[in-house]
Amino acid sequence: MSILSTRGLSRNFAGLRAVHDVDFDLPKGQVRALIGPNGAGKTTFVSMLCGRIRQSSGSVSFDGQDIGRLPAHKRIRLGMAYTFQITSVFQRLSLHENVALAARRAGTDEGAVADALSRVGLADRTDQVAGDLSYGHQRLLEIAMGLAQAPKLLILDEPTQGLAESEVLAFNALVRALAGNTTVLLIEHNMDVVMAVADRITVLNFGEVLAEGTPEQVRANPDVQSAYLGTA
Amino acid sequence: MSRAVALHLGLIAALFAAQFVLPTYHQGNVARIMVLATYAIGYNVLFGYTGLLSLGHAMFFAAGLYGLALPIQHLGWGAGPALLSGVAAGALLALVVGLLALRTIGVAFMIVTLMFSQAFYLSVLLAGTWTRGDEGFVIPAAKQVLFGIDLATPTTRYFAALALFSLALLATLALVRHPFGKTLIAIRENEERARMLGYDTFRHKLGAVVISGAISAGAGAGFALLFGYAGATFASVQYSIFPLLWVLLGGAGTVIGPLIGTLFIFYLIDYASGLTDAYMAVVGVVLVALTLFAPQGIAGELRRRVWKGLP
Repeated sequence: MSILSTRGLSRNFAGLRAVHDVDFDLPKGQVRALIGPNGAGKTTFVSMLCGRIRQSSGSVSFDGQDIGRLPAHKRIRLGMAYTFQITSVFQRLSLHENVALAARRAGTDEGAVADALSRVGLADRTDQVAGDLSYGHQRLLEIAMGLAQAPKLLILDEPTQGLAESEVLAFNALVRALAGNTTVLLIEHNMDVVMAVADRITVLNFGEVLAEGTPEQVRANPDVQSAYLGTA
Repeated sequence: MSRAVALHLGLIAALFAAQFVLPTYHQGNVARIMVLATYAIGYNVLFGYTGLLSLGHAMFFAAGLYGLALPIQHLGWGAGPALLSGVAAGALLALVVGLLALRTIGVAFMIVTLMFSQAFYLSVLLAGTWTRGDEGFVIPAAKQVLFGIDLATPTTRYFAALALFSLALLATLALVRHPFGKTLIAIRENEERARMLGYDTFRHKLGAVVISGAISAGAGAGFALLFGYAGATFASVQYSIFPLLWVLLGGAGTVIGPLIGTLFIFYLIDYASGLTDAYMAVVGVVLVALTLFAPQGIAGELRRRVWKGLP
């Protein structure tokens, strides 16, 4: 059964069709990658899911409930966690407080804070101020903030941007470990990551769904190849 | 007991002890400073911890002032109930103003709060029949009695001011250690992130406005009660700027900053006016220097250089 679905979801910006008529279903426990060329509407699409942007038309339902009119914080409270495309952490607060803010709201305990930080490999820096971390580590911190909420759905917008190769591999392992329990929706440009972690892939192009399927199917799809993957 | 609690209790103890050693002149000054610092503490909840810059806090201070003084003057109330009505008036006003002003952010928020405060000031003048406008009115000494204690003597006034200040100080300390206060700090640091962690940022900010308004009103009520006077000057824009200055210089977003800032500016003006008639020029130079060399305020510098854990 789907934990998240959209029907006819659309968003126009002053006449530009950023997202157009998207029907999308995400089954519980799946790791789904959302890919597409720059400007395909990926971030706009997930922003409508979590309520940062209101849709022009269409509906969103989450965990059996119509959430299309709920403000963002209420959607998060239903069990979504969201990481921003451009890193957004509490720069002047400690790593621990960053994650604790996430955990407190979600009602998870102190153990969840330490656990989340250690899962992203930042356990030895808990007292450091977030702004002192490298960009890549701030992205990991944001993922930890997502994990600490023990969400039903984790939305990650380009999480591996700025990570070192070894950290990308660790990230892959982390996401695979979540699969089955936590549903993950991942916007990602790094094809190695997509191929390594995604159960299924949805391809957006010009705001519409171009293709959907397993990594192999998407890789073999000629439309996708011409739109996005080149001739690889 | 943590270091933070020890530090703040120590500060209260020092102020308590100071009463016995200070000359009468300074005793009166420090009593006044503690009440004004309470106002600054109220302002700091909103400005320092929530990151909302209000230019209209004089309305909350004056709401407390008149919320206490008017019932005493015209309804014959005692100091106890009048103190409560002063705080309630400020909290209620803050709730209404917050509901409207929080629909805006940044500069617009500053202007909307300024506007409400000016409207409040003009209302005080318009209601001159009861408020006596700029001239104001004196609260009879017979009414400056709380729990059977006469608050009009220098010693009782000092201790009453200390009680008010301590209450506000410890309340803010508890607030910033409480999850609600930590969320306010998160909103100050990054409101969008806080919202996308599932926090209802509007309700939190509204709560901060009400707490800030109530503490400011408590200071206004305490001021009227202890110094026996209520006048429209306290609702003027000047009294909205003062707490901003005190908090900025003392250290925004620190619990002890408001006291340090109020104390510093009070004595700076006191000292400079003894040196020259152009004392505001001296004050101005010192303020510019502090802004240049200690942009986080005095307590903010302490936090940066000495103790990072200063709440």
